[in-house]
Amino acid sequence: MTPSPAAPFSSATAPVSAVPDSVVPDSTAPFDPAAEAARATAGILADTLHGSARGVVVDSPPGAGKSTLVVRAALELAAAGRPLMVVAQTNAQVDDLVLRLAEKEPGLPVGRLHSNDSDPYDKALDELDNVRKSAKAGDLAGLDVVISTAAKWAHVQGVEPWGHAIVDEAYQMRSDALLAVAGLFERALFVGDPGQLDPFSVVGAEQWAGLSYDPSASAVSTLLAHNPELPQHRLPVSWRLPASAAPLVSDAFYPYTPFRSGTGDGDRRLSFGVPSDGSGPDRVLDEAAASGWGLLELPARHTPRTDPEAVRAVALVVRRLLDRGGAAMSERSEEAVPLTADRIAVGTAHRDQASAVRAALADLGVTGVTVDTANRLQGREYDVTVVLHPLSGRPDATAFHLETGRLCVLASRHRHACIVVCRAGVGELLDEHPSTEPVQLGVTVKFPDGWEANHAVLAHLAEHRVHWRP
Amino acid sequence: MSLIATLARLEAVERGRAQPLATVRHRRVSERPLVFVPMTTAGEAGAPLGALVGTDPEEPRLLVVAQPRDRDLRSAFLAELADVVLPYLDGFGDEVEHVERKETDAETGKRVTVEVELCADAPQLIVPSRAGVEFVRLLGRSMRFRRTAEQDPDTPYPAPPRVPLLGRWLTHYGERARVPGSSLLLAATDLLNRHWATGQSSLEDQHLGALLAWIEADDGPDGGSGAEAALRAELGRDREGMLLCPPAGPATDPVFDNRRLAPAMERYDRARQLLATAEDGGSADERLGELHRAEREIRRLVADQMRPTWSAVWRTVELMRALPEGSRVEDRWTRDRWSFTAHRDRVRAGEPPQPRRDDAVTAAQKLAARETAQAQLEAQEALDDPLVLAGRRLAGEAFLSEVIDVEMAWSESKRPSPRPLVTVRTDDRPHLGERVKVFRSLEGRPQTAEFVRYEGEGTLVLRVMDRMGRAKDPAEGSVPAKGDRIAWTLFEHDQRGGPKLPDPEETPWTHGGPPRTDTAEIPDLVTPEDLL
Amino acid sequence: MDKAALASALGAPGTFGQSQFAFMRGNAFEARVKADGGKELLRLLGLDDPAGALVPDLSAAGPEGRAARTALALREATAAGAWTLLDHPLLALDVAGSPAYLEPDAVVVHPDGRWTVVEIKSFPMVDASADASKVGAAARQAAVYVLALERVAAVTDGARVAHSILLVCPKDFSNLPTTSVVDVRKQLSVTGRQLARLARVEDIAAGLPEGVTFDLEGCSADELTAAVESVPHAYAPECLAACELAFHCRDRARQAGAVETLGRSVRGELGGLTTIGEVLAAARGEAGDPADPAVAALRRAASLRAEALAEADLAQQGAAAGQEAGACR
Repeated sequence: MTPSPAAPFSSATAPVSAVPDSVVPDSTAPFDPAAEAARATAGILADTLHGSARGVVVDSPPGAGKSTLVVRAALELAAAGRPLMVVAQTNAQVDDLVLRLAEKEPGLPVGRLHSNDSDPYDKALDELDNVRKSAKAGDLAGLDVVISTAAKWAHVQGVEPWGHAIVDEAYQMRSDALLAVAGLFERALFVGDPGQLDPFSVVGAEQWAGLSYDPSASAVSTLLAHNPELPQHRLPVSWRLPASAAPLVSDAFYPYTPFRSGTGDGDRRLSFGVPSDGSGPDRVLDEAAASGWGLLELPARHTPRTDPEAVRAVALVVRRLLDRGGAAMSERSEEAVPLTADRIAVGTAHRDQASAVRAALADLGVTGVTVDTANRLQGREYDVTVVLHPLSGRPDATAFHLETGRLCVLASRHRHACIVVCRAGVGELLDEHPSTEPVQLGVTVKFPDGWEANHAVLAHLAEHRVHWRP
Repeated sequence: MSLIATLARLEAVERGRAQPLATVRHRRVSERPLVFVPMTTAGEAGAPLGALVGTDPEEPRLLVVAQPRDRDLRSAFLAELADVVLPYLDGFGDEVEHVERKETDAETGKRVTVEVELCADAPQLIVPSRAGVEFVRLLGRSMRFRRTAEQDPDTPYPAPPRVPLLGRWLTHYGERARVPGSSLLLAATDLLNRHWATGQSSLEDQHLGALLAWIEADDGPDGGSGAEAALRAELGRDREGMLLCPPAGPATDPVFDNRRLAPAMERYDRARQLLATAEDGGSADERLGELHRAEREIRRLVADQMRPTWSAVWRTVELMRALPEGSRVEDRWTRDRWSFTAHRDRVRAGEPPQPRRDDAVTAAQKLAARETAQAQLEAQEALDDPLVLAGRRLAGEAFLSEVIDVEMAWSESKRPSPRPLVTVRTDDRPHLGERVKVFRSLEGRPQTAEFVRYEGEGTLVLRVMDRMGRAKDPAEGSVPAKGDRIAWTLFEHDQRGGPKLPDPEETPWTHGGPPRTDTAEIPDLVTPEDLL
Repeated sequence: MDKAALASALGAPGTFGQSQFAFMRGNAFEARVKADGGKELLRLLGLDDPAGALVPDLSAAGPEGRAARTALALREATAAGAWTLLDHPLLALDVAGSPAYLEPDAVVVHPDGRWTVVEIKSFPMVDASADASKVGAAARQAAVYVLALERVAAVTDGARVAHSILLVCPKDFSNLPTTSVVDVRKQLSVTGRQLARLARVEDIAAGLPEGVTFDLEGCSADELTAAVESVPHAYAPECLAACELAFHCRDRARQAGAVETLGRSVRGELGGLTTIGEVLAAARGEAGDPADPAVAALRRAASLRAEALAEADLAQQGAAAGQEAGACR
């Protein structure tokens, strides 16, 4: 047996997502975001409804209208009389989809397949006339659309397979989870954001690294390894990220699948009724209002994760954001919209940091602001985000803190501005921890890696830095 | 590393002696383990250099390959290894108990109860280090596809009988060692590191000699003795430059290779050459004597490198035996016995060796089983050991409480069930939220309660949900009583298995479809010349 | 600088060195792969007719001469549009202002102008996978070659350097070669950034006190220690596997009571506390600000640990282990 010839230099080395398609934004031509997005959606729907491939893959960068696409595809499949199952990853995602479908098409018969746990679904679903809920798939047979989590679908057996499926958040789904449900459908539309946090396993899975069906890899990587000919699409426009953020997020986290902002410079404006008092939090707010980014840098120091000064700085920034009468102007309305607590989120890397920030906000009398970890902020959208930098004050940079997806989630939740609170010295910390990771043969490299992406984001933030000694 | 483990390391530095990380033993140590100390040739993947192996600390069996690049000598080594290991494994195969088990009937698809055999005990292999575990896998991989002359008369360089069988067993043990909490194949360093914290880093803890130096150090008033002994074990050399504590293998010390082993092998090779060219009986006898002397010298050198490790592994076994076994270790060992029995059955049924790489379904099943085992292990260790539980309490995943009030209440349904409200006090800070479930161990089985509300700092109300019997009034002893001290956990005590995966023949298109069945695993290519 | 010799002179030699068995094996394998004028290697690349490939002679006088000869051969091969194998080319790379010479095992020029680095290693690929830390090291090494090649490609028409390298290893348990393509983009970006920042090496040199010397012949161990101490460094246990001076640095770090000697991750939860003494004093309530979350967490950890150990009645256990009753306290 000779070693496989030719293979070494074939396309095996090209990242999967680098496959060209028709919607690469051309930076020289005038860019009409609505038209580009519509063209991409039309292509996706055509392949889904009329194509011959068993699968269609859609990469969706942050805020590019993934949910809208899923709802639309579901409605069109239902309208074409094709029974559809939808696989999402969490119960919250499932309930959200059911609500969106019912909002768009109140008469559509939808089944919500749920677990046997107590409180298995959002009580709001009880208000919807055409949504049937059951823990048994058999009870929901014949409905136009049946929606559940991958975990619940995995236990469904002995039913007629569905003609179509939509797999939502497919990049956050593990390959073994897809294996457990793929027998339930003939063909499927896979939609997800490749830049967010990868699925993981609590035990070692190195022995399968490099296998096309590595059970700990993402569902999409297994799917494409076995079916490289499947049509791959991409939503080219982020409607969430402002013009100030899309280029950075695109370059740092999506170098092979670039996207653009749906809005232009000046389409979004953030202003304050109360002028700056000259403090660090106020200065960084002004910087972020003007440029979309702000870095509030505290003096270098090694700290525990719940760095009291940094936590308090985060809380103060939020307090001032509310006190200064923030108003957000965007393409959504003629009038500026008051920046209220529900339009603000704080993102952290760890749960204990989130609870420390919640406590600090409560001390300052702030309520109603979302505070959560990157994992839980995935898929959510706010006007302004305040981020405690994952590497702030750390004496070391572990793989967890360097993970590309974590930083990507934190830096891409906002419609107007993102303010990062961080100890000085992260650049040096990165230099002391160059990635010397082991390399598994045959594994498609996820690029850029966290080390590189962190440097890129840090370099950009440095241009919007406000030094502050709390 | 948890802060409690960090503190243990810091205390170990201060006191010059390892500090406990566990108060009970969390792994099974068999009454009659087989210790295996292998050595390999630097730079050669498939060339063992020697081994000490056996069940009697006083009488190891010494196996040495005088010239690892000689195919016949390598084969002889593997045959000898099989002669020692297989009878040990076989010795556990016939003493069985009969157990009832639910199975799906292949014809009717119904769940039926069948009686099956479960081996009463299982053989246990202990190697010095993780590299040793890896080497067991490598040996298993290199042997299980070999063909014997009996299997295939035309096979080039046939393997001695039973060598492929040993390969299958070593492969099974190497795979089982990846299951969290299993004890069929253990590394001495892992055993020690699970139970003690030394005053060095976890990287340095991979050195068996240094690790034992910390654990066996005297707790004298001066302290610091562990650090010095560990340093001596790591770096100490005799006047001729040889390490006082040779590496626990399978890799050798390069200085030993260059100064001792290489010259001895040269003498051996020369003696063999001379013997081959001997022209008469007299000079042949003399040259044969020379060859034997050269071989004995290599055996002595290799044995000297392995003997300290052999003794270190047995000292590890003794240290572990001195710790009382955690009460849930037996449960995990039973799973190990099932694993051994299942492989015994596969071998007896004449099934082919394990494939080179798992198919999609097998890989997913293994991963799911290991994730379940990991969660199970974490829960069981915490329930068995207050020191492990302390770590979970610090992390807010468990809390120790005293019951200060119990108020009876019932569910609102046609047949009300008891749902007593229990008020407890705790100094811990669990991460509780609305309707978060907590569990306690009641007669060895979990009882569930729900968090209801806080009543001031450190006081909280729980609603007990199950395990109180079917009657309206709870069964005797099933509800906590005032004054009880109870450890609650936020994690479940038992793990549900994952969903059923498709049969391999039904692997879906997303995962490449069913694996090909027409390609039996073929033996590895062998290098034509007698070199690796 | 010979760091191993320096370490010995400091009195803290490490355990480095290579077994001659491994060394011989490596050489024999590379020779085998390149046997027959590189035809075997070219076959591994998928060439049907390896005899048609060019294998230019790269010999020249001195490193500069060899590097220039290599650059010329690369240009000629690219212009010729023919498969070309460069056996042990020499590449120059500017590192912090001075040229470093690098010698990859081989570089292959494809007819389309692509250049690919070939790394030949003697660790095995068993069932298409290999020791991940060794592959990682090979990838980092190859990334430096790619960077050096890119400097040449930048001034060569029609040339570009592949960002994947070809790793050649023995297959399974034989000495037959097999290959794998390794994507080195990550390693390239890291190395690129590091080289850009290596200007700092000069800063380090400039920042040394006057008269610092690492002269092994002329200096005492104390003088050498002082010299080494004047260079900034940060010990972590990972150094032990990578640097000849690590055992020396570990000695110093242990003497200083640095918590990093117990592992990098230990620092994570200790905040500003950096020595073992400080941490233990804080944990015992003898020092430290209780409002500092690190101190508060340490005290809770210490009391939970003490409580659990008391509960488990370790005295009995110590007796069972054949130790003095108080041994584990």
